[in-house]
Amino acid sequence: MTIEQQIITIGICVFGTMLTRFLPFLIFSSKKPTPEYIRYLGKALPSAIFGMLVIYCLKGVEITGGNHGLPEFISIGVVIALHLWKRQMLLSIAGGTVCYMLLVQMVF
Amino acid sequence: MKKENRKWKAFKTAFPYTIPIFAGFWFLGLTYGIYMNVSGFSFVYPMVMSLTVFGGSLEFLAVSMLLSKFAPMQTFIMVLMVQARHLFYGIAMLERFKGMGLKRFYLIFGMCDETFSINYAAKIPEDVDRGWFMFFVTLLNHFYWFSGATLGGIVGSFLTFNTEGLDFVMTAMFVVIFLEQWMKEKRHDTAYIGLAASFVCLMLFGADSFLVPSMVCIVVGLTFMRKRIERAGGLT
Repeated sequence: MTIEQQIITIGICVFGTMLTRFLPFLIFSSKKPTPEYIRYLGKALPSAIFGMLVIYCLKGVEITGGNHGLPEFISIGVVIALHLWKRQMLLSIAGGTVCYMLLVQMVF
Repeated sequence: MKKENRKWKAFKTAFPYTIPIFAGFWFLGLTYGIYMNVSGFSFVYPMVMSLTVFGGSLEFLAVSMLLSKFAPMQTFIMVLMVQARHLFYGIAMLERFKGMGLKRFYLIFGMCDETFSINYAAKIPEDVDRGWFMFFVTLLNHFYWFSGATLGGIVGSFLTFNTEGLDFVMTAMFVVIFLEQWMKEKRHDTAYIGLAASFVCLMLFGADSFLVPSMVCIVVGLTFMRKRIERAGGLT
């Protein structure tokens, strides 16, 4: 790739990304009321999205091979347990991460 | 003076929420910068891309795009597929970004997965300015990613310390946010739809191309179950 082609490629990455971020706001202007169905989606989507993002983070886990995703599943268990117990976001995240690091560096 | 105080207060409230992102973004950003460095690119590349794209997964992919033959159309389609999930973030934030003035542009520009998740899920106290809170969350996250990526591009492969597994901090954060959202809702139909659709699509389409089918399934599922979900009134 020449330097011009690299600049164009990076430009496409920027443009495509901004298109996906700005499009809903361009379609549904803030001056007019948002359609009922879109407002419903706006409220119903987040829980589904957070579920999707959790799965997204785990997409590289091999359930059938390797360590069967045990470090991931154990550490997620730790995160959930800590969070249900203390409900301190930073503590749950730090605890789960330390647990995961120990598991992948020392155990598995 | 009063306005300064309002901003400072929003900053102080926003900062703790971004600490896990700092850990995650510095780790991932450094990794990304190092990856670019060892792939033969100057630190200017990760620096510019972290500032302008501000989306980790695409930036990693872009390294291989930049190393292969020039293919603008293919690149564009790939970008849209990888980034399509941002459409959902926009729809979820339509109402919340109303009346934010000029800040709105930066809030939309910087809405990566992590920024969206925090800005959506955070319990912002009544006396804190919501616009500035979200602005500072976005700005701090942007800064973490930019500084990590640039530093990685500069110091490159000189770094050797055992950080294996630190990237789990992002997974842990999304689990916590999912859980917070779960506890806020009386019914969990939408969370089940998200988990099930993504899991099934991951199994069917594989790790590289399951996001778009998952999104389609989620919208279809939510649309068909709209009556049931709305009647149950479980939405927050």
